[in-house]
Amino acid sequence: MSIKRILLDIPRWMQGEAEESDIVLSSRVRLARNMVDLPFPHLMTAAQAETFLQRMAEAVQYVNQDDLISQHGPMVLYRVADITNLERQALVEKHLISPQLATGGQNRGLVISEDEVLSVMINEEDHLRIQCLFAGLQLEAAWQLASSLDDALENRLEFAFQEQEGYLTACPTNVGTGLRASVMMHIPALVMTKQAERILSALGKVGLVVRGIYGEGTQALGNVIQVSNQVTLGQVEGEIVANLTAAVKQIVAQEQLAREALMTNNRIQMADRIGRAFGILGNSHVISSEEAVRLLSDVRLGIDLGFITGLPASVFDQLLVQTRPGYLQVLAGQELDALERDVRRAQLLQSKLRSGDNMPS
Amino acid sequence: MQCERCGERPATVHMTRIMNNKKEQIHLCAQCAREQGELNFEPFSVQSLLAGLLGSGFVYPAFEQKPKPESQPICQNCGTSFADFTHTGRLGCAQCYETFREALNPLLRRIHGSVYHTGKVPRCLGRQVHTRRGLAELQEQLQRFIEREEYEQAAVIRDKIRELKRELSGGDDSEHQKDFA
Repeated sequence: MSIKRILLDIPRWMQGEAEESDIVLSSRVRLARNMVDLPFPHLMTAAQAETFLQRMAEAVQYVNQDDLISQHGPMVLYRVADITNLERQALVEKHLISPQLATGGQNRGLVISEDEVLSVMINEEDHLRIQCLFAGLQLEAAWQLASSLDDALENRLEFAFQEQEGYLTACPTNVGTGLRASVMMHIPALVMTKQAERILSALGKVGLVVRGIYGEGTQALGNVIQVSNQVTLGQVEGEIVANLTAAVKQIVAQEQLAREALMTNNRIQMADRIGRAFGILGNSHVISSEEAVRLLSDVRLGIDLGFITGLPASVFDQLLVQTRPGYLQVLAGQELDALERDVRRAQLLQSKLRSGDNMPS
Repeated sequence: MQCERCGERPATVHMTRIMNNKKEQIHLCAQCAREQGELNFEPFSVQSLLAGLLGSGFVYPAFEQKPKPESQPICQNCGTSFADFTHTGRLGCAQCYETFREALNPLLRRIHGSVYHTGKVPRCLGRQVHTRRGLAELQEQLQRFIEREEYEQAAVIRDKIRELKRELSGGDDSEHQKDFA
């Protein structure tokens, strides 16, 4: 599959319904792994990086024969150098690669399974970043599958490991398990009722980190936050995943309570807010990315609360990606200036939202 | 919450600034934060934070000698010095962890609260590592039973320890027998 098709494709995992998926959009597990016989990527020569890419190409061939992994369709290796800047931007928007991989030096690579559930970033901060991405709250399943891919790769590659420190990584913040589990959550009611900050600052005290939806240093767009573990050493993977799952379930419960309170005390205002958002998204002709994301959050809440029917909830998750600047330009097949993007965004939103039923009262 | 600077847009950038031990909360909209240079929208770098921590001495408690970069060895494998690490926040290769272990441990404890990995082990090393971990755990248990004078349970644990030690030494048990004689 070409990288462009991957970009425009809506993966199956995003279309289904999963546990807690009204509030938890997706679960991701990432494992950092390095080779024992190579310097970490920032010290690799171009020749070493190239050789490693080739070794990975061979390892991918081998991994594709693994029964469990092949259920996700064949994995294909792409060289980041062969991907246009726009496509890289869209890959970041789809959460398939990190901004660092997109902008980094030469001889970087990306492996993706056909269903986009499994991926591996090559020569980013570490030699390998194995990732597994699922809809809803499925961290344990994501860890198990990422671990299976890790096992399959380990048959072909020797990873740097010390009994004391565990899996060795370029940055000591990832050493040990190399595991970063993260969850994307849509928490509009907590934001509306001004409880978000209090709850999120409490998460910091139990070793969890909250970020915007595109990882380190990004803003929280559309009331979507990313919660992940900070500690990677000294805890068993299952424990890290279980702790994060438990914390996420608590946030889910708080968000549900906040939604119930809004429905009890401010039902008419909610209906108004959601109706206006739906109206603007379905009828605008020029709309900025920021405005679109903000209103999409209201529409998604409207679907969850039953104000809007006839639209699948996953439409929000998809449009969150599809209305981003990079995606719009890949879809158009050309670079677009800000106004052109705002026009195309409005057209896309009209076509997607008008096909749904309109608002009941 | 409105932006403190323009008072028009909602504040989306919330920062806590600690300067001279004074804590200050700042709430700005994205635009003002950018204009004021408060927030660089380049991806925030963990490396620079780490380098800052190492440089400030924050990592090393007062009673512990802060390692002097110049007194630290240089990694024989990749040529990374401890000064390089404190500057970039990145180690150069797998070997660096051994080279700098002594200086790294306080940092790992500060970040992770631990310096020992207890999670997954590559399959090729798995059995041995699991056995050693099991052994360490059993020895702790044995100690607890002995302290509580619960000798029957202690004997059970002792037998398990014997078995694991036999496994580790590849079947030759003669030396370990002495420990429990």
